[in-house]
Amino acid sequence: MTYFPEEVVEHIVDFLGSHRDRNAVSTVCKAWYQVERLSRRNVFVGNCYAIRPERVMARFPWMKSLGVKGKPHFADFNLVPYDWGGFAQPWIEAAARGCPGLEELRLKRMVVTDDDLELLARSFPSFKSLVLVSCEGFSTDGLAAIATYCRGLRELDLQENEVEDHGRQWLSCFPDSCTSLVSLNFACLKGEINTNALERLVARCPDLRSLKLNRAISVESLNRILARAPHLVDLGTGSMMVNHHTEAYHRLINAFLGCKSLRSLSGFWDASSCCLQAVYPVCVNLTALNLSYAPAIQGDDLIKLICLCFKLQKLWVLDCIGDKGLAAVASTCKDLQELRVFPSDIYGAGTTAVTEEGLVAISSGCSKLNSLLYFCYQMTNTALVTVAKNCPHFTRFRLCILDPGKPDPVTDQPLDEGFGAIVRSCKNLRRLSLSGLLTDKVFLYIGMHAEHLEMLSIAFAGDSDKGMVYVLNGCKNLRKLEIRDCPFGDDALLKDVTKYETMRSLWMSSCDVTLGGCRALAAKMPSLNVEIINESDEADEFQENLSDLHKVEKLYVYRTVARGRTDAPDFVWIL
Amino acid sequence: MEEDLENRGGACPQLLDLIPNESDWMMAPEASGGGRGVGGLDDSEDKKLELKLGLPGVGGGEEEAAAVLCLDFFSKASKTTTTTTCTGARRRLFESAESKSEGPQQEQQAGFLQLQSRAESGNEWPHKAVWAGGKADLQQSHAAPGGAAGPNTSSQTRAAPAPVVGWPPIRSFRKNLSSSSVKPSVGLENDNAEMKQKFDNNKKGLLVKINMDGIPIGRKVDLKAYDNYEKLSLAVKELFLGLLAAQRDTPENENEAAKQAFVGLLDGSGEYTLVYEDNEGDKMFVGDVPWDMFVSTVKRLRVLKSSDLAALRLGAVSRKRTATES
Repeated sequence: MTYFPEEVVEHIVDFLGSHRDRNAVSTVCKAWYQVERLSRRNVFVGNCYAIRPERVMARFPWMKSLGVKGKPHFADFNLVPYDWGGFAQPWIEAAARGCPGLEELRLKRMVVTDDDLELLARSFPSFKSLVLVSCEGFSTDGLAAIATYCRGLRELDLQENEVEDHGRQWLSCFPDSCTSLVSLNFACLKGEINTNALERLVARCPDLRSLKLNRAISVESLNRILARAPHLVDLGTGSMMVNHHTEAYHRLINAFLGCKSLRSLSGFWDASSCCLQAVYPVCVNLTALNLSYAPAIQGDDLIKLICLCFKLQKLWVLDCIGDKGLAAVASTCKDLQELRVFPSDIYGAGTTAVTEEGLVAISSGCSKLNSLLYFCYQMTNTALVTVAKNCPHFTRFRLCILDPGKPDPVTDQPLDEGFGAIVRSCKNLRRLSLSGLLTDKVFLYIGMHAEHLEMLSIAFAGDSDKGMVYVLNGCKNLRKLEIRDCPFGDDALLKDVTKYETMRSLWMSSCDVTLGGCRALAAKMPSLNVEIINESDEADEFQENLSDLHKVEKLYVYRTVARGRTDAPDFVWIL
Repeated sequence: MEEDLENRGGACPQLLDLIPNESDWMMAPEASGGGRGVGGLDDSEDKKLELKLGLPGVGGGEEEAAAVLCLDFFSKASKTTTTTTCTGARRRLFESAESKSEGPQQEQQAGFLQLQSRAESGNEWPHKAVWAGGKADLQQSHAAPGGAAGPNTSSQTRAAPAPVVGWPPIRSFRKNLSSSSVKPSVGLENDNAEMKQKFDNNKKGLLVKINMDGIPIGRKVDLKAYDNYEKLSLAVKELFLGLLAAQRDTPENENEAAKQAFVGLLDGSGEYTLVYEDNEGDKMFVGDVPWDMFVSTVKRLRVLKSSDLAALRLGAVSRKRTATES
């Protein structure tokens, strides 16, 4: 190796994009490590507490794009307390000091403050793209700072964040000289927007291709915007509340007629069937459609719309589409790859939403389907076996039967066999979420067959520690395991402690692990942070007083090279 | 599990590579002294007879009593002999209940009661039973924890699942999209939000910002210190009275006028009205919902001039609500 010129290695390494490949290259020898680290442009940190930000900046000084994830996935469902952590501040500060050439930042499930956004806006002269997903802690003031100071900003993409509304002025902060926007998504904002400023902004950004409005934008405003941005490829409408008989409606029809490049549609707040006709002209070209905010669009009108969308690859709908609607999807959308069916009436006594029949229909019509998120009230083993046979290409399969622990209604059996069929048939399955009545057997199947499984979500399932052990032993590529309300205890937790070093994280809530078990894990594995989240009132008193037998409410274990963390709140104990 | 460990003895290395082939799998559990809880289809009889004295590490007594409150939902009357008619998570608690009374396990039919997460329940099972969406029979069982294995009513219809924290696994903003404008669902949504808040709020107290129109500096108020709207209204007055009086630059008798400003904060009749912003970002009148619900959803408070109300987004809120109804 000593006579293998570095320039050649550099040249080769430059072709490597994937993190996995680059991580592998960097472990070969010191020289390759150096070459790789200086040439890495995209850095991804899957767990913000796995490493200190300074170390990342020091290792990759020339990075252009940084992605960091904070809270565990179950935070999306309110299982992680509000101030658990995941602060963006240290990352932005470290980047400002160590990597001023940063151009892109993507944060997911982190706490971002207005100060952080202002620091970000001022510290990176070449900054181009900010993507915040499921973050919180900031307001429109922070967005104003981004708009004001980021010259040459190309992308501001806010997905499903909690943003405090401090007024509508932030959009006006984009200077007149800002003409570089390619993508702007503020759909998650709840407040009013300065529509004049928005229309002017859209008009002066000729490269704008993706625009997602929030619910406060009216149809009238949408019309004006579409008139100025006919080249949009990806549109999230604002409120689609419009009356058939108004001029606004007719203008809407014309506006969509003009959008020849539109391939992706979302938004549709307050939409009712009467606004759908306006969208017909673009349906034939649509590859992605998100109707999951439009509970009033259902029945025949929805089917009529779907039947036009024969190029659809991605569809997000509410379960009021019904089995009949799904059958229409199955016969029309032969290229469908991703389907998400969200529940629309989770507190109701169940109007017939979708059942296993809808899923079976989809599977027989859409053989390219590789990603599924399906909420339903019931599922049968037979259906799952059929689905598995029809669709062997699943990489993501998430089934949520809304009643926890519900068996197959026809046979009263657990759904072990159904899910077993899925993992056997789908050899490339990377992500799986289970639901319904499940015994340890399903975990046996998963351990045996789900070789490429990386993420597994389990709720109200299993009989004993064996279930968890099957998974930990069998799934060699497991990275994230999240479990709630299952009878897995210390024995399962401690069976193979070195396994957790090969994973990003383990989450267990409302299971049977005890404080003693967690302490044992922490003692055996100093390379892990073992976090106990205890929110009950007695938790303030004194960790020492709690016996080892005390049941742990929430356990979060993750590998880290940064021992402990300094920003944990009182109710988080790091053992 | 203890028996399993004894039988396996020094076979720990085997456990690390448990999956040579399927037949070994099926053998292993039976070899290990009546392995509990593996694949319920054949082992139902064994399971029924198995004694389980409650969750590991916890005294059997309280858990058994608690177990009786734990009911599972079945979509039709189930007389099957398999014990797979309940979630694994619940099964062990059932087994402890069964040691007291055989048989009726299969007959547990009721509106679905999915109690709070098990670990945190501990002694709190009785409280959490109240979440059972108002099903009378469930509440009876709550009242009589000593009874055996819960009510026997069977239910063919699917009843509304009682709210469980973090279930179903969807983001909060999706929970408001019910197509009908049914008020009950709104109530339950708030219940769920309340559950979320119970976990989100520190026990330290609930400090929210409060601003008053015309007064540049805001205050913070600890909502945990009050238990009803009257007390809150008084507190608001106390916080801002001095500032308002100073603002008005008044001689002494005008203090009465300043005090008068705080009359009718809650019913819209006064010079000022108390409103709040909730966890969904909507602005709401204070006083509409039960106090507990208010505390769990409030994010900040404002004291607005009543005359300004029309100009605000409160109008937008009611528009939003009716929109989903159309």
